[in-house]
Amino acid sequence: MSAILVSVWHRFPPWSQLALSSLGGIIVILVPLMVAVAYLTFAERKIIGYMQVRIGPNRVGPHGWLQPIADALKLLFKEIIIPSSANKFLFVLAPVLSIGPSLVAWAVIPFTDRLVLANINASLLFILAMTSMGVYGVVVAGWASNSKYAFLGSLRAAAQIVSYEIAMGFALVGVLMAAGTLNLREIVLHQSGNITDWYIWPLFPLFIVYFISGVAETNRSPFDVAEGESEIVAGFHVEYSGMAFAVFFLAEYANMILISALTSIMFLGGWMAPFDVAPFTWIPPLGWFLLKVSGLLFCFLWFRATFPRYRYDQIMRLGWKVLIPVTLVWITLIGVIMVFTPWGHIFH
Amino acid sequence: MTFLQFMFYFFSAVLVFAATMVITIRNPVKAALFLVLAFFSAAGLWVLLEAEFLAITLVLVYVGAVMVLFLFVVMMLDVNLVRLREGFGEYLPIGGTVAVLMVLEMSIILGSRHFGLNRFPVPPGHSAGFSNTRELGLQLYTVYVYPFEIAALILLVAIIAAIALTMRKRPRTKHQDPGQQVRVRHEDRVRIVKMIAEKKG
Repeated sequence: MSAILVSVWHRFPPWSQLALSSLGGIIVILVPLMVAVAYLTFAERKIIGYMQVRIGPNRVGPHGWLQPIADALKLLFKEIIIPSSANKFLFVLAPVLSIGPSLVAWAVIPFTDRLVLANINASLLFILAMTSMGVYGVVVAGWASNSKYAFLGSLRAAAQIVSYEIAMGFALVGVLMAAGTLNLREIVLHQSGNITDWYIWPLFPLFIVYFISGVAETNRSPFDVAEGESEIVAGFHVEYSGMAFAVFFLAEYANMILISALTSIMFLGGWMAPFDVAPFTWIPPLGWFLLKVSGLLFCFLWFRATFPRYRYDQIMRLGWKVLIPVTLVWITLIGVIMVFTPWGHIFH
Repeated sequence: MTFLQFMFYFFSAVLVFAATMVITIRNPVKAALFLVLAFFSAAGLWVLLEAEFLAITLVLVYVGAVMVLFLFVVMMLDVNLVRLREGFGEYLPIGGTVAVLMVLEMSIILGSRHFGLNRFPVPPGHSAGFSNTRELGLQLYTVYVYPFEIAALILLVAIIAAIALTMRKRPRTKHQDPGQQVRVRHEDRVRIVKMIAEKKG
């Protein structure tokens, strides 16, 4: 049987073999990602429920496990209403612009030493460029809806994301200086060893800045002024319904998982086990990676249950006057220590 | 036609189309979005030239930051296009002359005589592990370090000048001092008064 498959495979011309194997890789990444997104929404409702001494969804399926599937089916069968004065083309294009970048970025994420779809040498920059594209979905949605609430939401989102992107980029400059490479796989390999070799320790302020900026970039609570349901109803997606709304939702959660994956790659040693001894090495590398990502995702949900929403001027103050100076000082410090003192090795 | 050539013509066609739409479309927001598409296609062309650092930086800086701010401004402006088009015939002769002159000047300089293959032969191919980013960084911070720093300084001056020109001190606006807010203790705000109950029984 397998011999027949192999001979069929060799019948294809080389270019189509490349295309087919890439397509296979994309499916292998995206299908689990979509399942993860669905169950992240379920986890969010359950975890926040328990934090607020409630039970959370428990009706659909055993312990409510089928709830995300019921939600997805409901959204699929709802009508997509396009407002009569909306710009129809851009209104439909906005969700696509939102989800596209959040999925494309997964192409360069190294899940383990070998498991990466495209091992390009500037993958860190690629990630940064792709995450900075996500704002277009929000901005275009707000403008094309031709609604005041949506417009206010998109203006807020544009200003916020541009501000926090700078802090995020500077935090990554620190990682770049420590690792000396832009390739995500090599960044993880530079952190091999024990938990003490991870970049979280020498780059601790940058880790905090990166994670806070990540929360702000994904428009998650406490930085969710773009939605701000108490002031501007639901912000940029107030006019969206059915599957078009669900696509925005998917993009937001895929971005959350992406930020968690990047944080664990750049600061928490990616797929590396915390200690290279027996009970820790029983879990496979992919398992460690997923555990770290899950831990960070839990923090996202925890923040939402804990902190009240920032006021808009406070968000701007935090981004420009706190996070950016912190990163600038730490980058300068790293540079000075690396070049002028004998203790540069602590950053490598 | 190889795959690479196909990609080149595809990106070029999209680039030319998007650039044309930027200046012909009526709606300014759509024009800005077409400019984004133009940047994106240009980045694709740069990737074909193996200049992946420049390509990604183009997307990161121009698409990710500059154009977002552009859109931000354009979306808030209520541009009246009818009035913008009023003086079209009036300015056409001057504009046309400038355009023709520019094309002439460019065709004098940008010919194959100065930029042809005999002047700049095709560079030898690099192995897969070759990092353009690293080479660019080495060049910028060793050979061209003074021009680079001077350019950075000029940009800094421009930033400070822009802020100094636009910042107005308005005495009546109210500010909060977060440090003061954090330092507040409940004794400063709440006074607990002990008093006997007024109603008996």
